[in-house]
Amino acid sequence: MKQTATESAGLQGAQVGPKTQQRSISAMIAKFRELGLLAFILLLSVGVQLRNPSFLTWENISDIATNTAILSILAVGMMLVIITRGIDLSIGATLALSGMTAALTVSHYPELHPLLAVAVGVGIGLVCGMVLGFLVAWVNILPIIATLGMMNVFRGLTFETSGGKWVSAHQMPASFKAIATGSVFGINNLILIAILIYIVAYYFVSHTRTGRRIYAVGSNPDSAEISGIRTGRILWLVYTIMGGLSGLAGVLWVSKFASAQGDTASGYELSVIAACVLGGVSIAGGVGKISGIVLGSVLLGILNNALPMINVSPFWQMFIQGTIILIAVLVNALVKRGIDRNHLMRRKI
Amino acid sequence: MANSEYVLELKGITKIFPGVKALDDVYFKLKPGEIHALMGENGAGKSTFIKVITGVHSPEEGEMYLNGRKVEFRHPTDAQKAGIAAIYQHVTCYPDLSVTENIFMGHEKIQRGTRRIRWSEMHEEAGSLLKELGASFSPKTLMGALSVAEQQIVEIAKALSVDAKIIIMDEPTAALTKNESEELYRIAERLRDNGASIIFISHRFEDMYRLASKVTVFRDSRYIGTWNVDEISNSDLIIAMVGREISQLFPKKEADIGEELLRLEGLGKTGYFADVSFSLRRGEILGLTGLVGAGRTEVCQTLFGVERFDKGKVFFKGKELKVRSPRDAMEQGIGYLPEDRQKQGLVLQWGIGRNITLPTLSKFANKGMVNSRKELDVAKRLAEKVSVKAKSVFDLASSLSGGNQQKVVFAKLLTAELDVLILDEPTKGVDVGAKSAIYEMISDLACAGYGIILVSSEMPEIIGMCDRVAVMREGRVTAMLDRKGLTQEAILEASMDDTAPNTDGKRWAGA
Repeated sequence: MKQTATESAGLQGAQVGPKTQQRSISAMIAKFRELGLLAFILLLSVGVQLRNPSFLTWENISDIATNTAILSILAVGMMLVIITRGIDLSIGATLALSGMTAALTVSHYPELHPLLAVAVGVGIGLVCGMVLGFLVAWVNILPIIATLGMMNVFRGLTFETSGGKWVSAHQMPASFKAIATGSVFGINNLILIAILIYIVAYYFVSHTRTGRRIYAVGSNPDSAEISGIRTGRILWLVYTIMGGLSGLAGVLWVSKFASAQGDTASGYELSVIAACVLGGVSIAGGVGKISGIVLGSVLLGILNNALPMINVSPFWQMFIQGTIILIAVLVNALVKRGIDRNHLMRRKI
Repeated sequence: MANSEYVLELKGITKIFPGVKALDDVYFKLKPGEIHALMGENGAGKSTFIKVITGVHSPEEGEMYLNGRKVEFRHPTDAQKAGIAAIYQHVTCYPDLSVTENIFMGHEKIQRGTRRIRWSEMHEEAGSLLKELGASFSPKTLMGALSVAEQQIVEIAKALSVDAKIIIMDEPTAALTKNESEELYRIAERLRDNGASIIFISHRFEDMYRLASKVTVFRDSRYIGTWNVDEISNSDLIIAMVGREISQLFPKKEADIGEELLRLEGLGKTGYFADVSFSLRRGEILGLTGLVGAGRTEVCQTLFGVERFDKGKVFFKGKELKVRSPRDAMEQGIGYLPEDRQKQGLVLQWGIGRNITLPTLSKFANKGMVNSRKELDVAKRLAEKVSVKAKSVFDLASSLSGGNQQKVVFAKLLTAELDVLILDEPTKGVDVGAKSAIYEMISDLACAGYGIILVSSEMPEIIGMCDRVAVMREGRVTAMLDRKGLTQEAILEASMDDTAPNTDGKRWAGA
């Protein structure tokens, strides 16, 4: 790193133009990051497989994918929020509220079409997200504070609507439970929904104007304002998307576990943030890739599945997960420091 | 005004920010195909003026005409649509996005119907724009991976992509080397020949002589005049920019200049400053001046251990000085009064007394417990010494005026036993009365045997207070002036030397 930096500094002043080295440095780092993560996942899988041969079986892989689907859906929304330099701590509560509402609805109207139940959940989530987006974008409350407050509000509403009681499996019609447990062509619905969302999200962030402007706002808010981008609207949009996805995840969650509780998914927002960070989404904003968060979610899913399979005690599991997240952040920070230093070297005095 | 001899004309523009008049009745005329230089000292109002033209700020008074038609910009997009593009002083790019996206941000090419971004077309057009400008990096490169010069070119490409008729360049050469500047001149000339009008803001005379045909000067938010470049001499221009007389009296007393306290030898920090050498004696007030961004604050922060230098040596009282942290610096005898007193100088929510004793709290503490009576006595004594105007030392720092806050920060410095005081813009945002009180205090401190480094952009202050002055430009000391040769003109000349850096900066160093 250091050596390449000096080289490019040496090039300075020759002429404005060909500096292939510089391009390759950043490109290399960006590629290296995802490839590194992928390599780590493969290594981990091989290691676990050696200890427990039932790890890389079709059933187990399908299991991991099903269990990771909800996390990865939420990671899409969280990525957008973090790209704008924000954070959303309320998603666990939003998820619980919309899951609970959907479950209560179907328990009262068992004939309701499952798609309508999904719509109820997504609708509740969207409203939650809009309120949050309003607070962040136009009332200018710091995202961490606004979402922390709304987290408690939503959680409280969840207990209030359910009267503190659970909605359990026997109160839910089979059609509702089939949302998450059913399958098409042998692939679980959850996985299909996640894949669909990823395709849409990929198109959105890389091929639409609004999607790119989310990155612009996170990368340089002042400049975005000067370029005539309505930053408020972009912020509002990302929290609304996050809310909608949380609502969807809420229905899927309740359908999958066939139980809606007041404390559903409490603390789950931290896993989602962890998946984003592992996937290379920068808390400083402006940086984050769909491919990164797929890998981040998959890594977390594999850790959750594999560590018990090789008889790591639950206490050590948390320790190991935490350590891996910290290492990922450390690598990010080191890379960033290297890039910054590289830029400084290029300034001539 | 129906004729359109001018593409852009501004009349009587006044812009008021809370408490300050950033522009006061300013005029400006731009002909088609003209490169018009805009010059002035720091804070003369140039940047605000640009932001008025580009619709970022709307002026309180005044009129703006575009091709003879009156216009009013409420939003930056209005100016963009009218064909005005600005390349700002600090490159306003998106470091995490590709060059293409930076160029097309705000006016992306969209497929009708599907609203899909037409990437290949955008890349292609960006590529041909860059080629036209003589750059050869790929439009898919990340913006953050480019050098400042390359980023400037991208900014220019951005202006071209909207087909701008008026291009504003705010100090585009400030961070460029001579070769890169030359490249920029060529691009600017080509743009002019293609019919664009350019407003060029710069602190380098070379830029102006090389490019501009007209020059307009602002001073203290006011319009001073417009001249043809070949009709005005360098020195007349400097007089126009400095212009004012020093009316204020400075209470400088003659202090006994004693032994050498501090000596810098070839101090450097990659990317910020290089080859900085000067010395400071007991009782002396050494001015450190130059334009904003010349590296003054960075030098001071390295001396105080906030930042680290990577080249050169510092000697303090004859021994080599190594400071690891601000606390270390204070223990060795160096104090620093930060530029931003609200952010770095004070805990605004605390009382005056607690602020004063904060740096030396351990003096009043016994096994971790603070002896508050002793603390209070010291705080009271020091607050009186610097004559803070407040009811008691328990008044919150946030309740004080700017001048009184600054006095509290001074009192903080006096609690420790120091030899060298570094004062970074001590009178910034302070009213006239408090200013002279602060000057008196500085003078008294020098008489009491402190060595003082006074960092300031205000020339009257530098000239009125300092025994010697080091002028910095773009990270280097370009002149060392003593009281005899100390004039506003000499300072301005050294801080805006008419040659590009890296060529003869060394000639001046330590002169």
